[in-house]
This record gives sequence, C-alpha cells and structure tokens, in this order.
Amino acid sequence: MGFYDVYKAYQETGIGGWLKNTTPERVGAAVGKSRVSEWDFLAMLSPAAEQKLEEMAQQAHRVTVRNFGRVIYLYTPLYLSNYCSNQCVYCGFNVQNRVQRRTLSVDEVEKEGQIIAETGLRHLLILTGESRVEAPVDYIAACTERLRRYFASISIEIYPLEVDEYKTLISAGVDGLTIYQEVYDPVTYDQVHLKGPKKNYLFRLNAPERACQAGMRTVNLGVLLGLEDWRTEVFALGLHARYLQDKYPETEISVSFPRIRPAAGRFRPRAEVSDRNMVQMITALRLFLPRAGITISTRERAEFRDNLIKLGVTRMSAGSCTEVGGRLDGNGHDGQFDISDTRSVKEMKEAIRKQGYQPVFKDWVAM
Amino acid sequence: MDVLRIGGKEITSRLFLGTGKFSSDSLLPGVIRASGVQVVTVALRRVDFDNPQEYMLNYIDRECILMPNTSGARTADEAVRIARIARAAGCGNWVKIEVIKDNKYLLPDNYETLKATETLAKEGFAVFPYMSPDLMAARQMRDAGAAAVMPLGSPIGSNRGLKTKELIRILIDEIDIPIIVDAGIGRPSEAAEAMEMGAAAVLVNTAIAVAEDPVAMAEAFGLAVRAGRKAFLAGPGAVKEYAEASSPLTGFLRDTEQ
Repeated sequence: MGFYDVYKAYQETGIGGWLKNTTPERVGAAVGKSRVSEWDFLAMLSPAAEQKLEEMAQQAHRVTVRNFGRVIYLYTPLYLSNYCSNQCVYCGFNVQNRVQRRTLSVDEVEKEGQIIAETGLRHLLILTGESRVEAPVDYIAACTERLRRYFASISIEIYPLEVDEYKTLISAGVDGLTIYQEVYDPVTYDQVHLKGPKKNYLFRLNAPERACQAGMRTVNLGVLLGLEDWRTEVFALGLHARYLQDKYPETEISVSFPRIRPAAGRFRPRAEVSDRNMVQMITALRLFLPRAGITISTRERAEFRDNLIKLGVTRMSAGSCTEVGGRLDGNGHDGQFDISDTRSVKEMKEAIRKQGYQPVFKDWVAM
Repeated sequence: MDVLRIGGKEITSRLFLGTGKFSSDSLLPGVIRASGVQVVTVALRRVDFDNPQEYMLNYIDRECILMPNTSGARTADEAVRIARIARAAGCGNWVKIEVIKDNKYLLPDNYETLKATETLAKEGFAVFPYMSPDLMAARQMRDAGAAAVMPLGSPIGSNRGLKTKELIRILIDEIDIPIIVDAGIGRPSEAAEAMEMGAAAVLVNTAIAVAEDPVAMAEAFGLAVRAGRKAFLAGPGAVKEYAEASSPLTGFLRDTEQ
C-alpha cells in the first residue's frame, strides 16, 4: 500500500468534521502526551487549538531542545537551471512566464559553489526547473561531483526521478532530497498545475518513497502554503512524513513550511496563512514527529524567522538567491520567487547566536 | 588512587562528555573545567577541518582525550570509513562507534556495530561501541577487541534515566571490560546511580548541554559521578525493598535448637 491509499483512507473519515468539532480540552490532552497519535496531531491543527497555542509552543520548545539541542543547521540554495516545461500557476519559472532562461555550465556551478563555500557553509541545496532536456540527470550528477570538493552535504530539489536515477545521483554525491508535493488535495493539485509532466500527481507523490528506496540519507517534504486549507494539508504532510519514517527508518525525514511568495506571474494565494497559523502548524508537527527536522527558508521575514527558532525549527537557509547564476552575474530579478529575509550568512549567524543558539555549518561527512 | 585503565590510557575522571547540542562551542572550556572530564566525544560530522573559524576542536582542552564518534553512520562500513577519516585527521585512535539505522528512536544497530568493532579493533583503534544492552552482543564486542562497551540507559536525548538498569547490571556482572553507560542520563542522581551499580564511567551530553546553566550542571554531574563511584568502592550494605521480620521461614530452627 503506497501513501496515496493511506491518505485516501484518512480523507474518507471526514477530516473537516473532526477539525470543526475538536475542543480546546481535547487539544490540551493531546499536547502533554509522550506519544502523540495522528488524531492528537489533527486536534492540534484545529481552530480550537489556537487557544492552546502558548502551551503547544512551550512543549514544542522543550521537545526540540531535548532532541536537537540549541543548534540551528544552515544551508543555502544554488539554482542550476530555470528551464521548465510545467505550468504551475504560482511559480516564477512557469513556462509561460517571460523570464530569462539559463542553465549554468558545470564550471559556472563550481564558481558559484566556491563563492558560497567561502562563507563557511558546507550544506548545499541545488535546484533546477523541470526540464530533462536542459538539466538532465547526467548534468546534475556532473555538477554534484564538482561541488563535492567544497561541501559536506549536497541535496537536490529537482523534478521527480525514478529509483535508478536517484541512485545515479547518490553515487555522484547527493545525500538529500527535497521535494514538495505542493498540495495534497488531488483536485486542487490538478487546478494549479495546468500543463506539463508535473500534472502527474501520483508520480510526484511517490517520489520521496522512491528516493528512500534508492538509499537517500535525508528526505524533506513540504506543502506550498496558500494553495489549499492549511489544516488538512499539513495533516497530510505529517501523515506522509510519518509513513516514510515508519517504512524507511534509515532515512531521516524532515519537513518544510514554504509559504507562497510573490513571483513572476503575479499569482495570489488561494488560501490565507497567517503567522499565527504558521506557529500552530510548526509546533503541532514538532509534537507529532519529535525527531523530524523542520526547515524555514528565506521566504519568511527576518524577524519572524528569528522568533521561530525557539519553536521547533532546526534548519534555516541563509544568504539565499533564487536566481540562476545570481551570485555570479545575475540581473537581480528573474528568481523563482522573491526572498524576504535577505540577510547574509554572517548576519544570520549573529541572529541565531542572539537567540541563544549555535549556528551549525557542517553536520555531515562526505564519504 | 582510583584509576580507570582504558584504551591504553589511565584516567581519573569517570564522567565522559558529549559535545553536541550546546548553544555555543565556547561553553565547552567552562564545562570541561567545572566537571573535570578527561574524555570528550565529538561527532566527526560536525568537525570542519577546512574552516578555522568554526573549528570546534579549538574549544577542547588539549589535555583531554578526544573520542571521535561515527554519528550518522548507518552501516558498519560507513562507521569504519568515518573512524579512518578521524584518525587520519589527527584525532587519535579512540573511536566511539555509533551505527544507527533508526531515525525515530536513534537506537543503535548492535549487529553492524559489532562488525565495525571487529574491523577497527584489528586496525589498532581503541573501540568504544555504543549499544543496546544485550549480553550476547556485549560478549561478542568484547571478544572482537572492544576497549569498553557503552550500553544506553534510555534512548539518546530522552533524559529518561536508567530504564535499562537490569540489563546494564547484568553486563556489569558478566563482562570483564569497562561498562560505560551512555545516553539517556538526565539527572546527576541517575549518573550517581549508574556508578553505584559499578559502571566504569558514564557519558553525558544532552542533560548538560541543554541545562539553563550548562557549566553548573557539568559540575553537578562531576560531583555525582565521584559520589557514585565512591559509594561503589565503599560497598554499600544490601538494600532491602521493605522491612521484614528477622527470619520468618527459618526462625523455627532457633526455637528447636534452644
């Protein structure tokens, strides 16, 4: 049974009704438990849980500190290519958008990698649009092999692959996969992905599992917040993470909470997600999955990110740039989306220290 | 002088320190001083030999024995590779083996750990395997040349104390190499308890690292370990679970003998 069947089974129980009927007392009982069930998790995502937010936050803080200590792991994205054959309504790289398209040469990738490595960062996330022609697996493998000299860990955020293709990239030196389902609700998924290979909901949904099967060390999931009701979406995200955690205990499963940012195409979010909602989903997820890493990117404002450090977040990006070649000779626009926290790596380091946490640049051994 | 001979060295402090989870590596010198630890374990994955600014080993007293650990390894082979990197980088020949395939509870894989122990002991490492307290596995690790075995008190970072007490007691009774209780110790009293039982040493990380005042907590652990050790050496009297009549079953012998 794949994750889709699991997801469907929960959908059929009427999640919406559960959310509506949850009481603050039910939430309170869930928060203190040492083993939080999926129904406890759902209760903590309910509107009623907003009255228990401080309690959830305090518990999430305790659980995170115990499991991860007072440290925040840092990484940064490097965009290799923005060619894309998809039409995703929310994305700056949408094939319909008139942005400058570019694929970096392997030498250019190395050069940008060197610039990043000089900041001390040792964890890198490399990204592409979905174009098997402009950014094929071999090319991504070649970039990885070159970048390995400078980084302890290289993760990919690219189009979904087959098991063997993931294996190819793992042998080239990739150890982590980030892939967001964007939206779990299949109907909405179909509405916001107008054309292109990404229309294949199931192929994307099963990509994280294929990566686990290929032996990927870390797999990071996410929903793009603003496409659908966040409560049911984050519930699905948590179930997906736990499904993988249970089935592939060797793989480290983590989650991200990307909130839609302005991008070329001028898409407006279809569903509101407030800062308060963000805090609720992060703390609920932390209590449901005490060992899962939680990432917050520079999509979020500096001040908000600083406040999230104590609430369960374990990983943050720093010195980000969403434009291909942005650190080399970029034009300053044409990124995938506008980043919000524009602080340099050095400033980020200081901000984390100010919160009483240690910024960690390296947490892996390339073998 | 109560000396622990281990891994080819002699030490007097029976508290080992883990270095993850601290809010700043700059806390380490104070923690080391306050607790008196002589053995410090460091995850090799965290050490960046190319970055002098973020070089964690700078904060560890040169007098301390460095025990790199293989955190992140999922197989014996990966643990062996990490250990070799550590030794080649000048971290000495002590290694704590951590092979963890379970990311939910972070419980060690005894079988893979044993395989790594065999290989590394043959290569001249002083091997300290982190393990689930299982007597057969501990015997095999000893036979494979382990310098000590490091059974867990409860899962890493759980601060739940000595939940595996009975199994650790058996290891202490049966295994003639040092038993070092690693993981799960949340309070100094629990460290003292492990030492009273006859553990050779305890390793503490989370409980010190995430305390409000890590330096003061380190000192408390140092004292507790010494107290527990002293109590063990002093030979505490048998402790009874509850008060009992002097000889309810054999008292009649006295009566008939009178």
